[in-house]
Amino acid sequence: MVDMSLTAAVPETVVESAVESPIKLQVSDVTIKYSATPALSGVNLSVHEHEIFGIIGPANAGKTSFLKALNRMDTFNSNMTVEGQIHFNGLDIHNLRNIYALRSRIGVVFPLPVGLPLTIYENVALSPRLRGINNKGDLDIIVERCLTRAALWDEVKDRLNSLGSLLSGGQQQRLTIARALSQEPDLLMLDEFSIAVDPVTTMRIEDVLKELKKDMTIILVTNLVQQARRLADRTAFFLEGQCVEIGITEDLFTGEVEDQRTRDYVEGKFG
Amino acid sequence: MSEIQHLQPSMSADFDSRNLDWYIDRIVQSLVFIAGISAIIFIIGIFVFITMEGFGFLLEDFTFREFFLSPFWEPSDEDAPEYGILALVAGTASVTGLAMVVAIPFSLGAAIFIGEFATGKLRESLKVLVELLAAIPSVVWGFIGLSIMNPLIIDLFDVPVGLNVLNAGIILGLMAAPIMTSIAEDALKAVPDRYREAAEALGATRWQVIFKTVLPAAKNGLLGAVLLGVGRGFGETMAVLMATGHAVNIPSSLFDPVRALTATIAAELGETAVGSPHYQALFTIGIFLFIITFLINLSADLIVRGIRKG
Amino acid sequence: MFAESALNVRNKRVQNLYRILFLMMTVLLVIPVIIILSTLIAKGGSIISIDFLFTDPTNGMTAGGIFPALLGTVWIVAVALLASVPLGVAAAIYLNEYAGDNWFTRMIQLAIINLAGVPSIVHALFGVGAFVIFFGFGTSILAASLTLAIMTLPVVIVSTRESLRAVPQAFREACWNMGATRWQTIKRVVLPNAVSGILTGVILEVSRTTGETAPIMFTGAAFFLPFLPQSVFDQTMALSLHLFVVATQVPGVPENLPYGVALVLIAMVLLMNSISIAFRMYLRGKKKW
Repeated sequence: MVDMSLTAAVPETVVESAVESPIKLQVSDVTIKYSATPALSGVNLSVHEHEIFGIIGPANAGKTSFLKALNRMDTFNSNMTVEGQIHFNGLDIHNLRNIYALRSRIGVVFPLPVGLPLTIYENVALSPRLRGINNKGDLDIIVERCLTRAALWDEVKDRLNSLGSLLSGGQQQRLTIARALSQEPDLLMLDEFSIAVDPVTTMRIEDVLKELKKDMTIILVTNLVQQARRLADRTAFFLEGQCVEIGITEDLFTGEVEDQRTRDYVEGKFG
Repeated sequence: MSEIQHLQPSMSADFDSRNLDWYIDRIVQSLVFIAGISAIIFIIGIFVFITMEGFGFLLEDFTFREFFLSPFWEPSDEDAPEYGILALVAGTASVTGLAMVVAIPFSLGAAIFIGEFATGKLRESLKVLVELLAAIPSVVWGFIGLSIMNPLIIDLFDVPVGLNVLNAGIILGLMAAPIMTSIAEDALKAVPDRYREAAEALGATRWQVIFKTVLPAAKNGLLGAVLLGVGRGFGETMAVLMATGHAVNIPSSLFDPVRALTATIAAELGETAVGSPHYQALFTIGIFLFIITFLINLSADLIVRGIRKG
Repeated sequence: MFAESALNVRNKRVQNLYRILFLMMTVLLVIPVIIILSTLIAKGGSIISIDFLFTDPTNGMTAGGIFPALLGTVWIVAVALLASVPLGVAAAIYLNEYAGDNWFTRMIQLAIINLAGVPSIVHALFGVGAFVIFFGFGTSILAASLTLAIMTLPVVIVSTRESLRAVPQAFREACWNMGATRWQTIKRVVLPNAVSGILTGVILEVSRTTGETAPIMFTGAAFFLPFLPQSVFDQTMALSLHLFVVATQVPGVPENLPYGVALVLIAMVLLMNSISIAFRMYLRGKKKW
């Protein structure tokens, strides 16, 4: 099953790695453009299994575009083009026969929460149903587990049949996280999830993420450098469409940095 | 190399294989695509089928001069049938023209009132009434022309017959007005509020704002509304069949009976033998109507689209 | 100072005058509906009864009821809906969920606009040429209904498309992100939230189809038939054509008979339109997001 052609596609230069687990995601020379305007150019990085990979940087750095490229959302936006190569589990995601299957293994949480106009229960049960799980008992277990992990279960367990789209912003964000978890993803991507969530819940979700690391790989895009410091094993710094630096998270704060702008950013000198 | 061997191939395998849902999605996509292009197929189909039925006439009996310039529509004359639609065109044009004279001021006035003056409940109820007015079937309008307008015109103007240009024009005007009102109101609504605010800031009163700012800004949409009204008038069948008096005649006054292109087809198609020159001539009128209304709708669409872009 | 306030007073007066003028125009537009309805009720109301609705016309259509015409209209409308609703909804799904913003989509939109703009009598000619003759259905319910289905297709497409468009794009993207195919997204999230809006459009189409006369005159509706239709290949009477016939073609009809037919027809049409409008308003007040 291990295919020689895959080996050839992965560049030999291995990005500095703190984690000795295998590579989950290999991004080689990726440039993302909207029409002709580049949003992100020349990114090379790799994410290892069971690590939390942080991405920090100010607005318009290309962080969200990067996540969209990983999930192949470019197929839904005719203006968006992705150049370069992205390998997920060793497979080139631009040459897949079934990108729906790819997306179903990647959970995404975007900054603005979207509760689907279904019941809370069905919001979380939707992804399992799409995979063909229709047994009520199985679904009950999945729904409870995912809502619990997303720190929402206690608040909604008595009204699972009310509409998910009518929850408050913070609850919808946790519902979105529960929905992403219900995908049982290989890779979980969170884009500034804490914007819509109060600090206490943010801390609870952060604890959950540390737990989840055992089961999956996590990419955490955050505007809070301290959140990256608390959670991420390694962190990349994006600025104005460039990946400025990638390193072990603690090094960006206290160790040697290659680029002074990284240190200036984490110390809050601009942002 | 070493990383690759750690991969779990089973996990990645499903990315590279298409499941049932993938195929269902493709099949649905093809099916709805066919449904999507059905509108194009039908438009082409309409043109092809009516041309097919009218083709014999176009080849043999049709002369441009006679068809468009002769005022005599005498297809059932056994010795020398004549197929001139000039009088029918004049009938349609006179009725449609009068209809526009009736409908344009009222629909524009109603659109301005609904769009610029009325608020809240009043506005909602007026819109509902206009919508209901638009829903009255044309055969009912024809019946109204025949049974209510006809005696009314005879009484008011002291004429022997009340089925004429005036009757059909008013009926057609009332039919076209609701549609023109709602399209005109859309056009007024499309004028950004900042135009109104800017004019009001300069001290203009409400009606000055409307006449000097809103109407000029909405003029394309309003023109589109008028064109669609004209198209409606050209194509209307039952009401003009019942209210015009149905006499082949180039009208010289509002009280002359006329006959419309559409009504001619409706009245005569049932009495002609399939494939006869008369039958084919009726289809040729159909081709003419199709082309005219196609052009009217096309230009209305282009004009209205123009404002959206601009 | 004084001059200015005098000007203001004048302007106010002019403004009020205009307001009243426009109100008058609107009222004049609406008044005919009221006059028409009250005349129809005054002159035709007396004939309406259960018997009128459920008995056959007698005495060369100068007496009796309208049952065969009523039933025929139900047949024609039902078959037309069976054809146009699936086709129209699918076309709207294509346009709103799959089609890109390109020249081809604009062509389809233009075709839809023109389909709605082609005169009804031209649709009738098409029905004769295509369904009656070419496909060999003869003058039948099937031919008449298919003609009407094509004619009213734009109503279904436009209203369905509007209700699909009202479902926020974010819901679709959330589904796609989870790995749902476009169709899974449509089936599970988009359609369930658009279905009531689509229903509003369908009711509107029923109303349109009920009132149409010209397209069915030569394709399937008959002036008078002594029997009821047994299948879609039979001819039938229809309420709209029946009004035309008793109003213009039959001598010696008592005055209240055509008024009664017109009243039934307009009542059906306006009732369905009102239901559609009321339903739309109810939905507007009951948002799910």
